[in-house]
Amino acid sequence: MFRRLKPQGQKIQIFFDDQEIEAIEGENLAAALLAADVTHFRSNPVSKQPRAPYCMMGACFECLVEIDGQSKQACMIEATVGLKVGTLKDISGVDDE
Amino acid sequence: MGSDYAIVGGGIVGLSVAYGLLNLGETVTIFDEGDLAFRASRGNFGLVWVQGKGMKQPAYAKWSRNSAALWKGYAQELEEATGQTLSLQQDGGYGYHLTEESLEQEIKDYTWLKEQLGGDYPFEVLRLNELKKEEPNVGTNFAGAVYHPEDGHVNSLQLFRALAKEVRRKGAKLVTSVTIQKVETAASGFRLTDDSGKVYESEKLVLSAGLGSMKLGPLLGFKAPIRPQRGQVMITEKIPKLMNRPSDTLRQVNEGGVQIGASAEEVDLDDRETPATLAKLAREAIQIFPDLAHVKTVRSWSALRIMSPDGLPIYQESLTCPGAFLVTCHSGITLSAAHARLLPLWMEGSHTAPELDPFGEDRFNV
Ligand SMILES: Cc1cc2nc3c(=O)[nH]c(=O)nc-3n(C[C@H](O)[C@H](O)[C@H](O)COP(=O)(O)OP(=O)(O)OC[C@H]3O[C@@H](n4cnc5c(N)ncnc54)[C@H](O)[C@@H]3O)c2cc1C
Ligand code: FES
Repeated sequence: MFRRLKPQGQKIQIFFDDQEIEAIEGENLAAALLAADVTHFRSNPVSKQPRAPYCMMGACFECLVEIDGQSKQACMIEATVGLKVGTLKDISGVDDE
Repeated sequence: MGSDYAIVGGGIVGLSVAYGLLNLGETVTIFDEGDLAFRASRGNFGLVWVQGKGMKQPAYAKWSRNSAALWKGYAQELEEATGQTLSLQQDGGYGYHLTEESLEQEIKDYTWLKEQLGGDYPFEVLRLNELKKEEPNVGTNFAGAVYHPEDGHVNSLQLFRALAKEVRRKGAKLVTSVTIQKVETAASGFRLTDDSGKVYESEKLVLSAGLGSMKLGPLLGFKAPIRPQRGQVMITEKIPKLMNRPSDTLRQVNEGGVQIGASAEEVDLDDRETPATLAKLAREAIQIFPDLAHVKTVRSWSALRIMSPDGLPIYQESLTCPGAFLVTCHSGITLSAAHARLLPLWMEGSHTAPELDPFGEDRFNV
């Protein structure tokens, strides 16, 4: 669905929910995931609706993913070799009704 | 020809009063300054709150309860008219206390207040074990809470939006991005002059300009002894339900974020944020809900409260310019229902108007 404007650069592997994805080193992580056809980044914890990046500039927090057990804005992070990214799990200790 | 009422200040207070006046069949023109103004209505906590109001002045406790009781019907009416959801929840709320001393003091104060009100003031004290039944996610490292069954919260930005939409639909004229610089009496009422020199006229005038009333009030014979008080607030990322009811420092909004606040700082007209204050708010929040330690804040902001010397609202008709009313308060969300339903009756001199003497300016005479 999304196409890179400038596909040059060092090809690397990253992981989304344990699935290997090809990215370009240093590119915007949210863009890399979108380019790999990941469109469901997380589910809204209240409405449970699927969510994906919206603003691509750090303002809307729709692009949150989990990295090293923490929620991070994918659009504010660069893709690096072997980066492990996952969909956000519910915050630990908080029951999900 | 002017309209019946000129309303100077289109914050939550001005819009609530405008809505009420329109319902009585009056015509209104609302003047508002625009984005550069200090606007408490855009930065508040969103509580419809009775707890803590009028701890030294039972009339204010009563007035807040009146408004809380009117809220449900008021919100329903606005929702039906505008198709917007206000997310009002009035299922009780807590005042958390970190230390036993502060809880004990609060119990004393509420006991006094209840006595003053002839026993008609509901509250309960919840120690940690009882609180845990209501709020399973609270921690163990604080004293407990005072529970007030009439407390609640609302999406105050949606309220603001709904009111703005509805007053327009009911025919209010909105003049925005103007600063009213001069207000004076004229042959048949009032004359207002804006910053471009443009002149407007009206029969009556409501001064609801928030902090702007400090300047305009004296022109109409009001004391308007108000001052800004800064409140800093932050909100977390959206999380699954963590808490069932709001408190005066923590509430989970309908979209899932947890709002944490608000500080009370005497810093004049300075609405900047300070990391140290935000950190303190966060620490106290974590003390009550330890899970919050894993949750990120996504935004913080600060806004200026409009405070009177005793914290009570001011409702005063000018003694020197009859027909001009000063309306200001530091709980404009809570009181929005009363301002819409009851204040206009007072302005119109109706015999069903509420008793507002305790909120007049003569209480500031020394
Ligand atoms: C941090 C914080 C938390 C709060 N939490 C709560 C809460 O939980 N519950 C609650 O009930 N209340 C709360 N409040 C208080 C509540 O927000 C205020 O009582 C309310 O917003 C006041 O509304 P207002 O219309 O009087 O003032 P404002 O919102 O300040 O509006 C005044 C308006 O007047 C206009 N104006 C000023 N001067 C002029 C002029 N010369 N010409 C034309 N227009 C002018 C401005 O443009 C502005 O829009 C909180 C406040 C703060 C700061
Ligand atoms: S897409 Fe909006 S913050 Fe990342």
